[in-house]
Amino acid sequence: MKVLKYIIIVLVILNPNLSIAQNENLQNKITKNLRCLICQGQSVYDSDSQFANSLKVLVEKKLSDGLSERQIYNYLKDKYGEWILYDTEFNKNTYFLWLLPILMFIIGGAIIFKLFIIKKN
Amino acid sequence: MKTKISFLLLFTFFLIVFLTFYLGLQKSNIYKPSLNIEKDIPLYKVRTLESSDKINSEEVFEDDRFYLLNIWASWCLPCRDEHEFLIDLSKQKNFEIIGLNYKDNINNAKKFLKELDSPYKVVFLDKDGTIAIEWGAYGVPENFLIYDRKIIKKIIGPIDQASFIEIKKIIQ
Repeated sequence: MKVLKYIIIVLVILNPNLSIAQNENLQNKITKNLRCLICQGQSVYDSDSQFANSLKVLVEKKLSDGLSERQIYNYLKDKYGEWILYDTEFNKNTYFLWLLPILMFIIGGAIIFKLFIIKKN
Repeated sequence: MKTKISFLLLFTFFLIVFLTFYLGLQKSNIYKPSLNIEKDIPLYKVRTLESSDKINSEEVFEDDRFYLLNIWASWCLPCRDEHEFLIDLSKQKNFEIIGLNYKDNINNAKKFLKELDSPYKVVFLDKDGTIAIEWGAYGVPENFLIYDRKIIKKIIGPIDQASFIEIKKIIQ
């Protein structure tokens, strides 16, 4: 009985379906972050256009070649420019975009602090 | 005095916001990626329409020579329209046209070329569209002008009279 238990545990750990499912999850995650360049406001994951379908196949191929998520993004960025990524990177063109919410949060906090807390004292 | 200043500040702030958005409205929202850096052509192994063997794409493109990579398919109607321009261009000296058959049925592709004549030196086969992505293409038809193994111009959509004249000018 104990042996059977161990066999089942080993089988579950070495389950090939598990790694396939993980790859598929990663593939979905990547294609959801890619803009379908010929569609209006759709990700590659959502779209069924020729372009999006090819990209899905390509991402699958690259994953099975052992490329990481970041490597795939860099590869596609090189081909199509940064526009293809939904998740904008932090660089000199986008620092304002990234810092604006933090700035607004700090300024808003300062205003609230000034209006309510200092006035109270 | 203080209220006047803060009113003025608020007014200018809203004016700037209004102007930013108003001017933003005038701008077209169609994004066209620019190709300002000369990119090296991608290299890969590929099957061709003419034979069943895989060839290295490196062997096709020679240095110091103009090439046009034309992405086409038999099911693509605009490809029919640009075909006469391609035939005309294929007669130019020091210039060759390479086809990339995009997601097509081989028999249909062969029929297409039999009917309209082939301007291509070789035709690469791209069954799943991944080679087109290697080139950075969006769909069919699309053309890449290549010199010295570098992409020097990209034409999205079919070749028309204007781009035909432009290509002729560049290669002469």
